[in-house]
Amino acid sequence: MVFKWEWVSGLAKGLPLTLEITFTCIAVGIVLGVLLALARVYGGRLLRMVSGGYIQFFRGTPLLVQLFIVYFGLPNWGIKLSPFISAILALGLNTAAYQAEYFRGAIQAVRGGQTMAARSLGMSMPQAIRYVILPQALRLVLPSWSNEFILMLKYSSIVFTIALLDLMGQGKRLASRNFRFFEIFIIVALFYLALVFVVSQVLRLIERRVRIPGLGAEGEAR
Amino acid sequence: MSTLLRVEDIHKRYGQEEVLKGVSFEMVKGETKVVIGPSGTGKSTLLRCINRLTPADRGRVWLEDEEITHTRTNINKIRAQIGFVFQSFNLFSHLTALGNVRIAPTKVKGMKKAEANRLAMEELERVGLADKAKAYPAELSGGQQQRVSIARALAMFPKLILFDEPTSALDPELIGEVLEVMISLAKDGMTMLVVTHEMGFARAVADEIIFMEHGVIVEQGSPSQMFTRPKHARTGEFLHKITELYGETE
Repeated sequence: MVFKWEWVSGLAKGLPLTLEITFTCIAVGIVLGVLLALARVYGGRLLRMVSGGYIQFFRGTPLLVQLFIVYFGLPNWGIKLSPFISAILALGLNTAAYQAEYFRGAIQAVRGGQTMAARSLGMSMPQAIRYVILPQALRLVLPSWSNEFILMLKYSSIVFTIALLDLMGQGKRLASRNFRFFEIFIIVALFYLALVFVVSQVLRLIERRVRIPGLGAEGEAR
Repeated sequence: MSTLLRVEDIHKRYGQEEVLKGVSFEMVKGETKVVIGPSGTGKSTLLRCINRLTPADRGRVWLEDEEITHTRTNINKIRAQIGFVFQSFNLFSHLTALGNVRIAPTKVKGMKKAEANRLAMEELERVGLADKAKAYPAELSGGQQQRVSIARALAMFPKLILFDEPTSALDPELIGEVLEVMISLAKDGMTMLVVTHEMGFARAVADEIIFMEHGVIVEQGSPSQMFTRPKHARTGEFLHKITELYGETE
């Protein structure tokens, strides 16, 4: 076993990109995921079909294949995207599909009487969704959504395949120069482990902050 | 007195079963009407057909001179004027008592937050729960939740409040506090249509009792007439049974 501090600082250069990709994709995924979920639950036949098909496609095919379609495939159609944009697009669209399913479950878990009460007060359906359904659904979804966040953090490592120098990409580059594959990738793994730890602590903190008595996984399900 | 609510020939069918077979009645301003009848006779459906939470198959409803059942009517505007109190309270779980009362004035009527806060506190005070303003629904007893839901309805200054068995989901010892609030509302001149089994309440404040069975109004009249000399044998039977069952709590 060999260990050099310069490896750690070299690998750390990939950290910002890993975080950038993860956070941007998660943000894209939230917005698109909520819209997909709303379409799935409240949309007409066409909207339900479109969002259902979207979710089926992205959950039913490997993320790596999706990434390659975007980065290597689209240029055949004259659409040439930078590696970074390709990564955001592929991972963002992918996580949106998974998040949509979590959001859908949470929206449907909000008790039916809540919508009825909102409507009885004169709220339109969009108002009821915005002021009553979503605030509850988003709280209910937090635990499973946190898992998706952490998965995304780890899955972002596949972007090294399109020459991006994220944590994994830096590791690959470094290891192929000095051939200390074992040591380097162990350090890469430890980096991810630390990231996952920090992110899950922060998410748990958020969960606690927004928790409301009687609502959510830790509240008594009534 | 001018008619506030006019219900005309309401029909509603669920699959094979016709739950409402042509129900008509009127309410004048300030009146309290109590709807009674065996369960499954369409009382709750009737209430929901009035503000279109459930669309009626046939028949018409007017609030003053506006036809609620007309497809062009802006139903949200109508609902904002008709309070609805549910059997299962249906308070918004993510909002405090104050938040529950405040949300409709701010979001539906566009009231300023400070003003809505003051209004919400007043309404909570009216139902005796000003000290619970910051509590979430899960932290309140059933009786308290129902009183908050009444305050929530009141904050919209409704022309009429529909009560759908407001005390049926409550433990017996909590029924009194809710009825008390309702009685004081009735005495303040609120127009109320109440589906309930609480005969004590009916006797105390109802201007008229409507007895429904199998989707039709069997008989309607003042409490004294209905209790002492009902026209239909069935009305007497039902009243007798229900009074035995629920007593006369007030």
